[in-house]
Amino acid sequence: MLYREAGDFKTTYSDDSQTFPIRFDRMGYYVTLLIAFGVIPLVINDYWANAVFVPFLIYAIAALGLNILVGYAGQLSLGTGGFMAVGAYSVYKLMTAFPGMPVLIDVLLAGAITALVGVLFGLPSLRIKGFYLAVATLAAQFFLVWLFNKVPWFYNYSASGMITVPQGKMLGVYVTGAQTTASAKYLFCLIILVLLAVVARNLTRGTVGRKWMAIRDMDIAAEIIGVNPLTAKLSAFAVSSFFIGVAGALFFAVYLGAAEVTEAFSIQKSFLILFMVIIGGLGSIFGSFAGAAFLVLLPVLLKNVLVGQFGWPTDLAAHLELMIVGALIVGFLIAEPHGMAQLWRLAKEKLRLWPFPH
Amino acid sequence: MPVSHAEEGYVTADGRQIGGTLMEMKNITLRFGGVVAIKDISFDIRDGEIRAIIGPNGAGKSSMLNVISGFYVPTEGDVYFKKVKRGPMKPYEVARLGIARTFQNIALFDGMSVLDNIMTGRLTMIKSGLLSQALWYGSAAREEYAHREKVERIIDFLEIQNIRKTPVGRLPYGLKKRVELARALAAEPKLLLLDEPMAGMNVEEKEDMSRFILDLNDEFGTTICLIEHDMGVVMDLSDRVVVMDYGRKIGDGTPDEVRNNQDVIDAYLGVAHD
Repeated sequence: MLYREAGDFKTTYSDDSQTFPIRFDRMGYYVTLLIAFGVIPLVINDYWANAVFVPFLIYAIAALGLNILVGYAGQLSLGTGGFMAVGAYSVYKLMTAFPGMPVLIDVLLAGAITALVGVLFGLPSLRIKGFYLAVATLAAQFFLVWLFNKVPWFYNYSASGMITVPQGKMLGVYVTGAQTTASAKYLFCLIILVLLAVVARNLTRGTVGRKWMAIRDMDIAAEIIGVNPLTAKLSAFAVSSFFIGVAGALFFAVYLGAAEVTEAFSIQKSFLILFMVIIGGLGSIFGSFAGAAFLVLLPVLLKNVLVGQFGWPTDLAAHLELMIVGALIVGFLIAEPHGMAQLWRLAKEKLRLWPFPH
Repeated sequence: MPVSHAEEGYVTADGRQIGGTLMEMKNITLRFGGVVAIKDISFDIRDGEIRAIIGPNGAGKSSMLNVISGFYVPTEGDVYFKKVKRGPMKPYEVARLGIARTFQNIALFDGMSVLDNIMTGRLTMIKSGLLSQALWYGSAAREEYAHREKVERIIDFLEIQNIRKTPVGRLPYGLKKRVELARALAAEPKLLLLDEPMAGMNVEEKEDMSRFILDLNDEFGTTICLIEHDMGVVMDLSDRVVVMDYGRKIGDGTPDEVRNNQDVIDAYLGVAHD
């Protein structure tokens, strides 16, 4: 079976506008889902869950969210870390206030709260653009981190100022707290990621996505054809913050277990996720996954190679790792400024003609 | 041949029935600080006609079009659309009234495909909310495909089937102009404003574009107001012509009337000073 669209005739508009128009891609998608849901949970152990899969899934959610805002709607944001903190503290307050509630509901509510906060900090985008907006969202980042440090109510007056996740269940299985198994963590994050990725895809291929992209590509023309910039920009902030809030909630509740805001949700987190989006590809769902995978897996891989293979001291390896990752990012962006999603697109275009390119 | 400009409308030389007043500009003045772009201009656009605005460079034509499209609010004077006075409106509110336009410098969304660009023209008609679209369930999908069908008709009409999935940024200039027209048409406007639809085109592209303009006026009954520098095109296409110079109106009437107007001849050819 070759990678072709020829012979695969589309007779309805719904066939024509599906996510994977080429049969080969469709099969690949189903196989990936099958492995992710059917095989990995059976073989996963604590190391793989904590070092690779869970952070990848959570960062992919955050990258999807930021990509909606930066890649699709064209509104630059540096407040991702702050919004993740809103998600984390919301889920903490919700879980401690209503202990019996299924964790999924807590997580989604945390996303909704973050969406509201995101809309609030998105208001400046109606007047300012580009770098100036980035500075305004930077203010959100610092303000939110300061707020969660300063007001003891947010961390339930704990002496250390840390928040620690209580045990939480979903359908009778622990998904947060010390008794959680690796496969439960993994599956919980995976289910949320798959649902949100489908939502992101649906939004970006339909009317809402077109509004966002119209605002991104030429805001004056968008307004003249009937896009209300207020609702378009604020809906982008709301949806994006919802995703980021969910990612923040999972990052704290499932991945870290205990967190301190300046450490877990600093400006570095904002940059890390922005890099994921840029390296993966702005305005691409696949790019969000690719960028998250690249920046989560590469350090793990380098560490294993440097420490495990060459036997170098860990501190030296840690420093080298930073330098190598940085150099790779720079090199990568020079080679392909539109990110991994563009490489993927080019590869697919080549593949469609292979082996007779002319 | 003189035509009667009665309120009930008139019949053009080629036998098309033109209706009553669709849009009326009354004593429009537009100032930017000390610069007067438009000085006390009144004219009307009738239902179903092709109305041209011509004039030398800097005459204020594009400003006039921006006033009609609601992008500029006139300093003085009133705009009536379907006999209703139009207050200051946001551009997106004007779009909902049924006024669409194209731009002198193409204003397409470069990152989106041709199909997506044209679909944006129908944004104002889509009702389904965020949640329904997020789940791609029920009304969202139904609406999407219903509008897609309408858009495909426009794609057929403008003969751009083969590029529908191409990103607009990759298209040559002439095709971009055509896609922009398609996007404006997708809104099913009552009044279509074209700002220099033929600028920078070669003869064949101009012929194509003229054919599209005449066809869409004929088939969809769209009223068209256009700015154009190519006099041959203007005189052939339009039913009535407004001539502007230095922000004033110096002529208004059928192409023949305008051609023989002494003020217009002076503005284009210059006057001998002794």
